[in-house]
Amino acid sequence: MSPPLEHDYIGLSEVPSAADGEEGALNLKATELRLGLPGSESPDRKDKVGLTLELLPRGFVSGAKRGFSDAIDGAGKWSFASGESGSEVEMGKGGGLFSPRGEPVAGASGGLLSGQGTGGKDAAAKAAAQERKAAVQVGSSVGNDRAMAPAAKAQVVGWPPIRSYRKNTMATNPSKNKDDADGKQGLGCLYVKVSMDGAPYLRKVDLRIYKNYKELSSALEKMFSCFTIGQCGSHGIPGKDGLSESRLMDLLNGSEYVLTYEDKDGDWMLVGDVPWEMFTDSCKRLRIMKGSDAIGLAPRAMEKCKNRN
Amino acid sequence: MVRGFGGAAAFPDEVWELVFSFLAADADRNAVALVCRGWHRIERRSRRRVFVGNCYAVAPAAAVRRFPEVRAAAIKGKPHFADFNLVPTDWGGGAEAWVEAMAGGWPHLEELRLKRMVVSDDCLELIARSFKNFGVLSLVSCDGFSTAGLAAIAANCRNLRELDLHENEVEDNCLNWISHFPESFTSLVSLNIACLEGDMNTSVLECLISRCPNLKTLRLNHAMPLEKLVSLLQRAPQLVDLGTSKFSADHHPELLSKVESTFAGFKHLKSLSGIWEAGPAYLPAIYSVCESLTSLNLYYATIQSPELLKLVSECKNLQRLWVMDLIEDNGLIAVASSCKLLQELRVFPSDPYGVAPPISLTEHGLVAISAGCLMLHSVLYFCRQMTNAALLTIANNRPNLTCFRLCIIDPHTPDYISQEPLDAGFSAIVESCKDLRRLSLSGLLTDRVFKSIGASANRLEMLSVAFAGDSDVGLHYILSGCKNLRKLEIRDCPFGDKALLDNTSKLETMRSLWMSSCSVTLGACRQLAQKMPRLNVEVIDERRGRPLESWPDDFPIEKLYIYRTVAGPRSDTPPCVWTV
Repeated sequence: MSPPLEHDYIGLSEVPSAADGEEGALNLKATELRLGLPGSESPDRKDKVGLTLELLPRGFVSGAKRGFSDAIDGAGKWSFASGESGSEVEMGKGGGLFSPRGEPVAGASGGLLSGQGTGGKDAAAKAAAQERKAAVQVGSSVGNDRAMAPAAKAQVVGWPPIRSYRKNTMATNPSKNKDDADGKQGLGCLYVKVSMDGAPYLRKVDLRIYKNYKELSSALEKMFSCFTIGQCGSHGIPGKDGLSESRLMDLLNGSEYVLTYEDKDGDWMLVGDVPWEMFTDSCKRLRIMKGSDAIGLAPRAMEKCKNRN
Repeated sequence: MVRGFGGAAAFPDEVWELVFSFLAADADRNAVALVCRGWHRIERRSRRRVFVGNCYAVAPAAAVRRFPEVRAAAIKGKPHFADFNLVPTDWGGGAEAWVEAMAGGWPHLEELRLKRMVVSDDCLELIARSFKNFGVLSLVSCDGFSTAGLAAIAANCRNLRELDLHENEVEDNCLNWISHFPESFTSLVSLNIACLEGDMNTSVLECLISRCPNLKTLRLNHAMPLEKLVSLLQRAPQLVDLGTSKFSADHHPELLSKVESTFAGFKHLKSLSGIWEAGPAYLPAIYSVCESLTSLNLYYATIQSPELLKLVSECKNLQRLWVMDLIEDNGLIAVASSCKLLQELRVFPSDPYGVAPPISLTEHGLVAISAGCLMLHSVLYFCRQMTNAALLTIANNRPNLTCFRLCIIDPHTPDYISQEPLDAGFSAIVESCKDLRRLSLSGLLTDRVFKSIGASANRLEMLSVAFAGDSDVGLHYILSGCKNLRKLEIRDCPFGDKALLDNTSKLETMRSLWMSSCSVTLGACRQLAQKMPRLNVEVIDERRGRPLESWPDDFPIEKLYIYRTVAGPRSDTPPCVWTV
């Protein structure tokens, strides 16, 4: 039986959109939300799952990215791609979609749409309809990459209807419980707050479920999709794909971000300098700060990367 | 004295008050108040308990003025869908207006229960200072406060009996708030702090527990390590309701035997929850209390099926079971044969977003429960597949269901065998279960199911609908039927203007209606608001900055919340909410 036609909220029923997102009122590539100068490619994530937050301005497709300066002008509207539930530590068992009950983005900005060149209410409504539809359609996603594991689905805000309340996420990692039973791990959780400059609310991550900086970095990247850690892992080569010295310079000199943490002494340090275990012991909170603010911290990371390259 | 009553007129007011005091239900007291002015006066002066299902339905000052002798108040704020992030966090539901009015008008208030409201630390401090005989504070799904507010409560409420914090978002900025209970404080009967995130000072808590001999309910948060938990619990063997902290640790035979002996010492334990992260090592220690348990909440216990099965099979007297779908069909079949007194079952999804391999929990588990548990009346069940045949069987087995909430995780999922919509199954439920008061629908559903619901669900009070229906007719069936409907919440359904405008008077008989991602236009809202002045029609739209007045009639509404009120439009709407 073919799935019934989806009715978008203005009462039009649309033919289910083809997997390819090229059709439609929007040029999705142009409005891709991502970190980096326009024109540079950021590494695609294989497991991108579109997530629609009701705060999204119309005209943004879940999972799509755009030039970062536009993101700032957009009064901080956020589009998030959610990764596997294991890394979405905020969600856990009780997790509805990721949003905790933080403050919403203050004030919708109607000007945003015109700024994006979508022009006119109809296009916006259509785009919104497409977005909602795409968000609701199970098994499909919007955006350009189709390389999704069958298990990953487009997620819908507030569905399934589970309390979005901060809970322990151990349920999503049954293998961890085996470790506990063997007495190997059993260290419990270490939740630290993660703030990102410009984001309307904070997140929390459990540092104990990661084993190294790379895992933490990819989890945070999933959480704050336009984010890149501005330094390397504590040992070995630069962590991010395609991260080179010149790119790091771009990142740090532009409006890009670095990851810092507050240690036990209350000092703000660049993440990545010390061994992972030492880091988890001393980290009290994380902050994703603007590269321009992190100027004092950056040169060290630069040195490190230079040396390793 | 009451005039014009003949012989009965001789009764002084106190006699009538005594008579009225036997009326427990608010509805009965409301009816009494309508008989005559005299009874209205007597009733209002003697009412002790007030329940306000929607904090904006009446002005706080009006409520306080009408019932001057209230001792217990319960107030609810945000719409239910706020639990699932569908309501903007700044929507409202602030408690200040109510707390201020109560502080002024009800100095003898003893109990206050707030649900889904925004409660600030200032509110908590005001509560702590204003009510001399304050005994019960219950905050459920609230936010906006911190442990500093709790410290104020602890320090000032000398006769506090119950502090119930259930699933609140609490900032932790006062680490030792528990130590604010004075040494002379001994009245605690119930303490639920499971939602707090911070570490507790165990020795302070132990001291508190030791000096409160009447303590019956203790629900701790996740943070306390098992060894400390055990030494704490040894001081309270009289507990009836226990929520443990973390139930795992490195395996240690000494610790295990301590846990076992502690649990064996609980002679009166009826309710068990918490058991965070229970590993197979320590779980068996619970077995000694299983026989006496009537309520078991394993929501946080990430136990797999074999251990789960063993545990619940021991609980022969269980009336309420909350469990993860890790229990699987086999586990539920075991429950059906062991727990013959089961009344309420909730099965939650361990992996709602479907990344892990699917759990083998299907419709069979629920069918088995419906067959084996004759007293079952309340069900909340998350699963991934369902058939009409299964629903029919459940309906026939359990016509005594009062609450049936089925959530098939993928929207629009049909009967997986016949590929039909699940209309027939849900219709069977409403036709068979005459006392059904609460229903949540899911799966593939057409307008037909709404016809059945509208016609048959005469006792239905709350209906939740998502991703269902074909057209406005569906909504029309609901609004023109369902005589006792109080709360209706709808999301992502093709319901629009016509059904709303054809049934405007129905809306005043209900507490509230929520519609999001449906097909309602602003024009219909304007018409509705104009026709029904005693409804607040709130349009919620987080996308635009321009004021509502400038939008045209055909503008599609994102979210709509309509509720009856005698207080008029509220004055605390945030930027994203407009009262039409």
